[in-house]
Amino acid sequence: MLRNRRTEITTALILIAPFLIVYIWLFLWPTVQMIEMSFQKAPLIGKGKWTGFANYIRMFKDATFLIAVKNTAYFVLLSVVPGTVVALSIAMMVSRLKGRLQSLILAAFFLPYVLPVTVVYVIWDWMTNVQFGMMQGLITFLVGEPVNIWRTVDWFMPGVAILTIWWTNGFSILLFLAGLRNIPAELYEAAQLDGATRRQIFLRITFPLLWPITVLCLTIQLILQLKIFDQVYLFAQGGQTRATMVLVQYIFEQAFQKNNGGYSATLAVALFVIVLVFSLLQFQILRIRGQR
Amino acid sequence: MSNQHATPARRFDLGATLLTLLTIIAAAIWFFPVYWGIVTSLRYDDQTVKDFALIPMEPTLKNYIFDIQNSNLPIWYLNSTIVSVGVTFLVVFMGACTGFAISQLNFPGRKALWWMILASFMVPVSALIVNHFIIIADVKLLNTHLGIILPMLIAPVTVIVYKQFFDGLPKEFREAAVMDGATEFQLFFRVFLPMNWGVTTALAIITFIGAWNSFLWPFLAAQDEMMMTVTVGITAVQDTFGVAYGRVLAGAVLAGLPVATAYLLFQRRVTQAITLSAGIKG
Repeated sequence: MLRNRRTEITTALILIAPFLIVYIWLFLWPTVQMIEMSFQKAPLIGKGKWTGFANYIRMFKDATFLIAVKNTAYFVLLSVVPGTVVALSIAMMVSRLKGRLQSLILAAFFLPYVLPVTVVYVIWDWMTNVQFGMMQGLITFLVGEPVNIWRTVDWFMPGVAILTIWWTNGFSILLFLAGLRNIPAELYEAAQLDGATRRQIFLRITFPLLWPITVLCLTIQLILQLKIFDQVYLFAQGGQTRATMVLVQYIFEQAFQKNNGGYSATLAVALFVIVLVFSLLQFQILRIRGQR
Repeated sequence: MSNQHATPARRFDLGATLLTLLTIIAAAIWFFPVYWGIVTSLRYDDQTVKDFALIPMEPTLKNYIFDIQNSNLPIWYLNSTIVSVGVTFLVVFMGACTGFAISQLNFPGRKALWWMILASFMVPVSALIVNHFIIIADVKLLNTHLGIILPMLIAPVTVIVYKQFFDGLPKEFREAAVMDGATEFQLFFRVFLPMNWGVTTALAIITFIGAWNSFLWPFLAAQDEMMMTVTVGITAVQDTFGVAYGRVLAGAVLAGLPVATAYLLFQRRVTQAITLSAGIKG
């Protein structure tokens, strides 16, 4: 029996070893290193000098950092709630359909989700081209003249938010569809027998039963969009970046373009803390849901 | 009497048909940017900024041939394939092993490991990129396939999905096999893994798509143009080709093709993977 126990432990250690090595080396270690570096004045590669809280004090006085935080928050505001509303509407439209038509329509809505960000960038860059883009017709209709979206500060973030919703919404659509499928058909039948209107059915049955999934989608999107970088970086390329700077982009700039390893680590800690706070919030919400 | 019944029924049908029609139109508009990108990639250069017909009358593969002959696209494709297949295999393999160990075996530190994995969800990997760069530079793995692969192996979700799947299997399976004298390894490879090929395929496809699409890390780790992945490379094409939209879009279509195909072939598995990793039963 004791021999069995020992082989069980040995087997377990062999099985978890690869994961554990990667996890410690590329997850725990960089996390510790990041925190250590955030207290140093250090280049990207090479030894740093301990400076205590100097980087943190600098960060709170740094106008660009504040712009980055503001822009990130603005982007989250523009993308998370509107995106979830759009996803719910699409899921409800798709769930009515049946068979082949349903999978075809779902594929049309979902496909952008599996595309690489650079492909999305190239497609939208073409669609919004100020001279030849198909979307300029709509924009001209709305504001009277074509707009160079990615070079106009006021249009930049809303533009990125719309294309992000277009790109990443498939994820939430699938979650909502799964949720809609889990609502028993008898509930709808009973409501229809009682003469409930569509509006009543949505407000009294569909929406309350989908609420947990709505919260899940909102929090997943929130945490995801706080880390926005790719789209903003690609569209701001070659132009002024400061006015549309987001957090991860500022970390990137300080580390790789200005060679301020220490300060970039401080900024990364800030991002880390922000995401952690929202994740704990999500964890609490999920736990409360689990207990019920 | 019969009249009164007929009217609401007919009105209801009309509403439903209109809604279906509306859905189809919405889907067409939603998909249009992708369609328009493909159409533009099939036009001659001088036509892309003149010809706005929705259907290309003289489709040509000229842009594709140009891209393949005049850029490093074939090499980027190879790099992407090596990196994505490597990441997929390793992530799924490590996830299955670790998930199995945590679910079925008793070893010291098991609870702690499980909590660590759950907690790691809260750490944004993008905050770690700077230190990933330092670590990978330190071991001289920048501009290598392995260097691109390594930081992409952090995938706690895979472990969690496997652990939960193995938890759901009846305990008798394991006891019966152990009675028959099977070792834990045999049990894992012959009984537990084959039992969930579905989950494994689903996780493999979603991991492959994620690896193929990842941008920031491959962009940092491969500065050398010969080591770039397609996802990163097609923006380099844009710089060299100037405003030749047809060529740029042909590159984009080629970059998106493998993941779009993977999705279209395995639609159900992709759905399964996404609902599983979000923790809800589809």
